[in-house]
Amino acid sequence: MQKQAIFQSKLLPYALVAPQLAIVLIFFYWPAAQAVIQSFLLQDAFGLSTSFVWFDNYLDLFSDAAYFEAIVRTFFFSFAIAVSSLSVALLLAIMADKPMRGGSLYRTLLIWPYAVAPPVVGVLWIFMLHPSLGVLSRYLREAGIDWNPLLDGNQAATLIILAAAWKQISYNFLFFLAGLASIPKSVFEAAAIDGARPMRRFWTVTFPLLSPTIFFLLVVNIVYAFFDTFGIIDTMTRGGPGTSTVTLVYKVYSDGLLGGNLGSSAAQSVILMVMVIVLTGIQFRFVERKVTY
Amino acid sequence: MANVTLRNVRKTYPGGFEAIKGVNVDVGDGQFCVLVGPSGCGKSTLLRMVAGLETVTGGEIDIGGRIVNQVEPADRDIAMVFQNYALYPHMSVFNNMAYGLRNRGMKEAEVKTRVEEAARVLELSPMLERKPRQLSGGQRQRVAMGRAIVRQPKVFLFDEPLSNLDAKLRIAMRVEIRKLQRRLNTTSIYVTHDQLEAMTLADVLVVMNGGQVEQVGNPLAIYEKPATTFVASFIGAPPMNLMSIRAEEIKSQLGSTEAGILGIRPEDFVITDQTPAGGVALPLTVEAIERVGAETFVYGTRQQDEQRVAATPGELPPGEVIVRIPGSEAPPIGERIRVAAMRAKLHLFSGDGRTRIEA
Repeated sequence: MQKQAIFQSKLLPYALVAPQLAIVLIFFYWPAAQAVIQSFLLQDAFGLSTSFVWFDNYLDLFSDAAYFEAIVRTFFFSFAIAVSSLSVALLLAIMADKPMRGGSLYRTLLIWPYAVAPPVVGVLWIFMLHPSLGVLSRYLREAGIDWNPLLDGNQAATLIILAAAWKQISYNFLFFLAGLASIPKSVFEAAAIDGARPMRRFWTVTFPLLSPTIFFLLVVNIVYAFFDTFGIIDTMTRGGPGTSTVTLVYKVYSDGLLGGNLGSSAAQSVILMVMVIVLTGIQFRFVERKVTY
Repeated sequence: MANVTLRNVRKTYPGGFEAIKGVNVDVGDGQFCVLVGPSGCGKSTLLRMVAGLETVTGGEIDIGGRIVNQVEPADRDIAMVFQNYALYPHMSVFNNMAYGLRNRGMKEAEVKTRVEEAARVLELSPMLERKPRQLSGGQRQRVAMGRAIVRQPKVFLFDEPLSNLDAKLRIAMRVEIRKLQRRLNTTSIYVTHDQLEAMTLADVLVVMNGGQVEQVGNPLAIYEKPATTFVASFIGAPPMNLMSIRAEEIKSQLGSTEAGILGIRPEDFVITDQTPAGGVALPLTVEAIERVGAETFVYGTRQQDEQRVAATPGELPPGEVIVRIPGSEAPPIGERIRVAAMRAKLHLFSGDGRTRIEA
């Protein structure tokens, strides 16, 4: 079998990949390069003069308490979103994996939320939990909870985590379902005969056998929580109240586009870029090798 | 040590499909029972019901004097060897065997003794620290066996354990399993679709078809006196020749009989011009010859067109007859020969093939 395609002209293959290359160059490499350049520059408030400041933008960031807070907040959000969406998805997948009437309907319904765009997720949850419009808010207040995420930073953070985790459940569910399907049923049956009760069976058989899937999803979910939650935050809280829901990505946007501090914003996005590269590196290194067993 | 008794056991799926239609089997203490039948006959379902992996919708399953219909698999004191071995891929060979013991709270020292003893018996000692993926098919099979024997259960259940092995290894493992079972003297139920495996392993052979038991008994007794045409053609390879008695040439030789189907095993024919007293002789045209060394199979067609008899697995095309002769001498293809079988070698069945008629 000859794997290499044969082209008459030397130019044709280049012409064929050109559109894709153009997209990557224009929408990825060029802005990325711009960000790197911009991160070394400082502009005055009116945009009249620009000076090259070396690493000053970075140094400013690392001495900025607000940036440090955003880092901690982002890590906390990522952790909370990843853990809650992974555990709920795993639970649902295990239940949906059992043979039952209408099983495929449940599975389809559980996958649907993935098709909802993040800003729409934000709007959806706002409608349910807005302090004055929300349906659920009323019940919460009736239950004696002083629910007002527009004023209470912790409640706002909870709301963001809830919405972001909810959206990701479908994706995780799909992978867990596939992961479970790839484990032969007889392994669970053997464990049942070997005297392992359901909980023990989960921790000694299911969980270890799903660990490659879990690790892969953990990385994907962290990347998601880092970057793709922007739409949810922007529609739900705009980083508020105060700065209680400002994550690193949101800070890039608010400092640069709302605050006009392009140099700092660029430096922040370069830092984020490095984080993504590291996370992807980890994923390739470990997931591709299927470390666990 | 325990008897296993199935009393009128039934399995009906929610959709209404009846997989097991009332099975009665009694396996004595220490006996090796083999369930054999074509795929879809319900043999695996029945075994899984004994294991507790499938619910029982009717009748009783009795292990060692206790009705276990509602008992969890873990509490039935059984061990099962699966077709795909079902080893825990993330555990070492040692941990695979130790898992069932540790789950039951056995002391680690005792676990170690038992696993090492089982590993010694199964020649797995050098590979206790390996993971299943580092083992060959035969070694995985032995680990699955080891996982069953360390528990010292009352009953071993085998679900086609050798079907994933190559032919040579399968024969070797078959002998191993039999020796091991004899030594441990543990009641065993073994499912297979391979009639040769069934014949060689069984103390008690249960031939199943369509969710029902066709015949239960000693393998040789079943071979010699099959109760139905299904059993006659399923047990024995190549299968027994079955022909309708309505054909004039047979009817005239047998005289009046209530039987509708005549069966003759390939090895019971001899090529001869004589007709033994009370026996049957058939003229054949040789169509094909298979030489396998020690014996030769002659495929011939009878002169007359034959009506099809009860549909059974491995059934010959109508009018075709297999003759098994020793050695490699055989008549040339196209030659007309005459074969005959003695009266004592004839099997007679009712027209529907469901009843054996003793002549």
